[in-house]
Amino acid sequence: MTPSIIELKNVSKIFNEKEALKSINLDIKEKEFVTLLGPSGCGKTTTLRIIGGFETASSGEVFFDGINISSIPPYKRQINTVFQKYALFPHLNIYENIAFGLKIKKVDKDTIDKKVKKMLSLVNLEGFEKRDINSLSGGQQQRIAIARALVNEPKVLLLDEPLGALDLKLRQDMQYELKTMQQELGITFVYVTHDQEEALTMSDRIVVMSDGKIQQIGTPEDIYNEPINRFVADFIGEINMVTATMIQDYKVMFNNKVFECVDKGFNSNEEVDVVIRPEDINIVPKEKGKITGWVTDVVFKGVHYEIIVVDKQNNKEWIIHTIHHTQAGIEVGLDFESEAIHVMRMGEVIGE
Amino acid sequence: MNKKNILAVPYVLWAILFTIVPLFIVLLYSFTKRDSFGGMIFSFTFDNYKMFFEPIYLNVLWRSLRLSLYSTIACFVIGYPMAYIISKSDIKKQSLMIMLFVLPLWTNFLLRTYAWMVVLREQGALNEILLFLGIIDEPLQMLYTNGAVIMGMVYNFLPFMVLPIYSVLSKIDKSLLEAAQDLGANSFSTFIKVIFPLSFPGVASGILMVFMPAISTFVISDLLGGGQTILLGNLIQNQFMMARNWQFGSAISMIMMVMIVISMGYLTKHSSKEGGTGLW
Repeated sequence: MTPSIIELKNVSKIFNEKEALKSINLDIKEKEFVTLLGPSGCGKTTTLRIIGGFETASSGEVFFDGINISSIPPYKRQINTVFQKYALFPHLNIYENIAFGLKIKKVDKDTIDKKVKKMLSLVNLEGFEKRDINSLSGGQQQRIAIARALVNEPKVLLLDEPLGALDLKLRQDMQYELKTMQQELGITFVYVTHDQEEALTMSDRIVVMSDGKIQQIGTPEDIYNEPINRFVADFIGEINMVTATMIQDYKVMFNNKVFECVDKGFNSNEEVDVVIRPEDINIVPKEKGKITGWVTDVVFKGVHYEIIVVDKQNNKEWIIHTIHHTQAGIEVGLDFESEAIHVMRMGEVIGE
Repeated sequence: MNKKNILAVPYVLWAILFTIVPLFIVLLYSFTKRDSFGGMIFSFTFDNYKMFFEPIYLNVLWRSLRLSLYSTIACFVIGYPMAYIISKSDIKKQSLMIMLFVLPLWTNFLLRTYAWMVVLREQGALNEILLFLGIIDEPLQMLYTNGAVIMGMVYNFLPFMVLPIYSVLSKIDKSLLEAAQDLGANSFSTFIKVIFPLSFPGVASGILMVFMPAISTFVISDLLGGGQTILLGNLIQNQFMMARNWQFGSAISMIMMVMIVISMGYLTKHSSKEGGTGLW
């Protein structure tokens, strides 16, 4: 098993009598790409700032390589940060910005020179040494911020929504670059974002947070396919959600019908949440459908059509993603496999 | 002419009437000759400027430069830490502290300076206290010295050093300080490498705003220096009011103005590229 590089134990944070973090436990392994994902105000940035040392936990402990660093100031931690708005020094040029950390550590001039050059080529900005920070585009500033952090060869790199200010195309390019960089350099990345797609693309593991608590920790596949509760399912991608009753193992009832499913271990007749992803539903002739309804909207989304079907029985709207076009106004059947039905305990949260 | 430009008309008129025209009159005077009754003879001459380079007047210039430099340095040494402390305290306290700095400015400038005469004179408050405490045996001559003049300058102009520095310091992005810490800088090197360089525009305007009134003052040197300490301001005032040599007075004014413009240009050129905002 790979050793942990960062461990949070029962970390809580109280701001002005409000609990921003509620007893967080998190274990980050060496060379892992971990993403803290959640809506704004969920505590993900606070968690990152506690790891970086910019905030002190109100209670609980932070371990780095097995050593308690809870009370160690940021400048003594072997951790570097890429800040949300880059926070490049406006009075220094690009070379001086990247060299900042090395100069503080009194590294000799030739080594600094070599390392800065290497970093600039890593982020594809060779020859920019003398340029002014303000003459750079957002994407270039972002790269400099990354270079300035990585030149110190940290064991852990913290990234606070680093791609938030970039446009879509650039963001996608940078996602790949960051992932490649992380794998090549073998550094642990802790990444904060509210963009679920970004999290799914880059992470080894995703930590979904909400309301100061960790909702679920898992690989992108786990989080997407097996969301632990309503919040996670809803936050990661679009979903169809219904309340249902678990009749017995492998049998769940919703829409007044009993469906086969792959879940077990619930009490009989327990109320549960059922989630079906829009892309797991197929549109079939109405006689063959498990559910029937009227097509009310068909929207072209580029890769697929988004089709809204209102089911006849209880007026529930179902979202379907499919590459096949369907006419609005007609009656259709909805079909899905038993594996597509995700049954979740109501209000379940990891560690509870 | 669009609507916005029309709004500027009153100000432009004001500036032309009371700044630009008088400036040209002064310029004109400085290049003309004086008749025996102080009137102006229209004939071009450099004599007024040449006169300034006599040792007695150069001495005045030198003393002015020295005293204003000392008081500017003193204002910086006292003002920078003050501004730093204010910018570091919490928002509610900040406005209170700024208020305390600005409050004395609400009292008349002359009154404040007279008050220092009362404090510094031979039977004044300061001497009495020192005598009472037994620190000195006989009253010190404090009033009418260069020290008193510097004291008066520092007292009167300190807010003009504190305010621009505070304004720049309080606008420094906190994430820059975190970035410096993140890269291994402790508080001291964060200050030296980030805070101080970024506050330089504020320091530059502070220096200007203290140095300019200090080099041109005549009230402070008159009251606290008591005729012993003649500065450029006093010299100009004397030429206009007593010697009735408006021509020479104008020439000194022009020289002073050129000096100020040059130093201003130099300072703004070196501070504007830092991207901060001072009061200029």
